[in-house]
Amino acid sequence: MKILVCISKVPDTTTKIAFTDNNTKFNSDKVQFIMNPYDEWYALVRACELKEKHGGSVTVINVGGADNEQIIRRALAIGADDAVRIDAEPQDSFFVAEAIAAYAADKGFDFILTGKETIDYNGSVVAGMLAGLLNWPFISLAVSLEVEGNTATLEREISGGKEKLQVNTPFVASASKGMAEARIPNIRGITAARTKPLTVIAPGNATALTTIKSYKLPAEKTGVKLISADHPEQLIDLLHNEAKVI
Amino acid sequence: MYKDLYQHPDYYQLDELLTDEHKLIRDTVRQYVKKSLSPIIEDYAQRAEFPTHIVKELADIGAFGPSIPAEYGGGGLDYISYGIIMQELERCDSGVRSTASVQGSLVMYPIYKFGSEMQRRKYLPKLGSGEFLGCFGLTEPDHGSNPAGMITNIKDAGDHVILNGAKMWISNSPFADVAVVWAKDEAGDIRGLIVERGMEGFTTPETKGKWSLRASATGELVFDNVKVPKENIFPEVKGLKGPLTCLSSARYGIAWGALGAAMDCYDSALRYSKERIQFERPIGQFQLTQKKLAEMITEITKSQLMVWRLGVLMNEGRATPAQISMAKRNSVEVALNIAREARQIHGGMGITGEYSIMRHMMNLESVVTYEGTHDIHLLITGMDITGLNAFK
Ligand SMILES: Cc1cc2nc3c(=O)[nH]c(=O)nc-3n(C[C@H](O)[C@H](O)[C@H](O)COP(=O)(O)OP(=O)(O)OC[C@H]3O[C@@H](n4cnc5c(N)ncnc54)[C@H](O)[C@@H]3O)c2cc1C
Repeated sequence: MKILVCISKVPDTTTKIAFTDNNTKFNSDKVQFIMNPYDEWYALVRACELKEKHGGSVTVINVGGADNEQIIRRALAIGADDAVRIDAEPQDSFFVAEAIAAYAADKGFDFILTGKETIDYNGSVVAGMLAGLLNWPFISLAVSLEVEGNTATLEREISGGKEKLQVNTPFVASASKGMAEARIPNIRGITAARTKPLTVIAPGNATALTTIKSYKLPAEKTGVKLISADHPEQLIDLLHNEAKVI
Repeated sequence: MYKDLYQHPDYYQLDELLTDEHKLIRDTVRQYVKKSLSPIIEDYAQRAEFPTHIVKELADIGAFGPSIPAEYGGGGLDYISYGIIMQELERCDSGVRSTASVQGSLVMYPIYKFGSEMQRRKYLPKLGSGEFLGCFGLTEPDHGSNPAGMITNIKDAGDHVILNGAKMWISNSPFADVAVVWAKDEAGDIRGLIVERGMEGFTTPETKGKWSLRASATGELVFDNVKVPKENIFPEVKGLKGPLTCLSSARYGIAWGALGAAMDCYDSALRYSKERIQFERPIGQFQLTQKKLAEMITEITKSQLMVWRLGVLMNEGRATPAQISMAKRNSVEVALNIAREARQIHGGMGITGEYSIMRHMMNLESVVTYEGTHDIHLLITGMDITGLNAFK
């Protein structure tokens, strides 16, 4: 079983978000980066579990600069066998999908997993575009994945219930919460990752279809007002005149 | 449920001095701590119980003997990695770090460094995997700061020796499967030997009623005519150099570790000072609170640089025992001061188990005493710079 997992680098969830260059660029100064949790906790871990059960290999792929190797090493420490970094600054989702599709097309992968979205731009589209470019079936938001031979069974969470479906390999699926339990890499995994192969390749002619015009932060949350239980009329007044909700 | 919100302070962007692997190791240990240790540690400390199940967990993440070669069950990491692991563990609790320090630096390290190949193969993999828990017996009831005066002794009896005496204040002892014990032979030389639980005449009574390191078990090692095979004696080392070499390695870990406790206290105090409102403003807005916090981060930043540099020297094999003494002493002092100030910032809440501060503060009272007391380290520095020995 040959599995490809797409991983991306995102700001740590506690990051204070700010923009530069006239609000067109994310300000990465002093920001700590992590592997996108949906990629790591669900897609990568499930891929490793399936490899451990059926044999085969897990390759992780990332589009980005050399400083992304920090998250690539983490993926190798968690259990991926080798890694590919496409050496280019990702410009938009299509750019990333095209670069990965160009690499993956002739490598004989049984399937490709991604997280359901990245927690920074929340686009949720790379996996779908990738499937489109490869002309493979696409299953989004999968919460479970089993593979037997060349048939996979996946479950998706749908409004008020679950959908179970079957698909033949090769396919692309995006992983949601529930597909696996997050794994903490151990030190033996981290040292083993030192010698696992990481190949750097050029992006070919991937293209961006969109450009960012500007980003805008949500309005700052205001502080909580405490009102003594003896004065409910103050609460009514604030709801009327300040929050204007009643 | 208790939520561990810890974020480590890095005022001088010292992360840039670390490799990706160092940061990966730190994330790993921190994740483990947040998931598995922080939610339980207060309860175990309150009940003065050692969480035995963590031995296997600590082994699984690789906290035992990180700088021992992988072929002997260690992690094969550098000294900065080792320091980082100790820091993340002590950030949670000095008792947990003690368990790991003892296993790695005081049990696995001497077996690796001074043991025969047979001893290495027999014990190290089991200690590295947490199947065995070890302890280190140097201190005696009447010989603490002056271990050279020890009276525990071995007498030759053919293919084995007869061990007699008692050790006190021994971390992990009540649960240990093996003990590295230092005793004098008939020529008066200090020798190291491996004593196994189950050997006749060997008991490990627990020391009760501690107000410090409550989540770590401490006890005695009592030897009443214990027959120890000669093959359990370290062939390579004689004299105080043996135990002191181990202590250097453990003290180095404490220098990083105690700073972890300091960083946790600071992080908690900083957060609390922004949330706690008095006189209609966060207490962090008062100059006196800011002074406390500003001094804390200054001391933490200086000490972070110190231990990092010491780590580089350790990696190059150039760190001297006196340099290690200075860092151990400094980190513990900084941590104790910060714990006390942080406790004040937390007001009444600071004395409860809702916050880790009081536990850290009490733990640090052991850390400032064991592995060489605060004053002994000062005298080591004094001797090093003057060339004059204050111990004689
Ligand atoms: C929780 C805990 C765990 C421990 N774990 C271990 C362990 O696993 N293995 C082990 O072997 N030991 C262990 N120890 C023992 C520890 O190393 C000793 O307590 C320490 O070395 C001090 O010895 P002591 O308690 O006998 O104090 P003493 O040596 O009696 O010291 C008492 C005071 O006198 C001062 N003093 C002594 N000599 C001088 C001098 N020359 N000049 C100036 N001042 C001096 C000391 O600084 C101290 O303030 C542990 C201790 C504790 C509390």
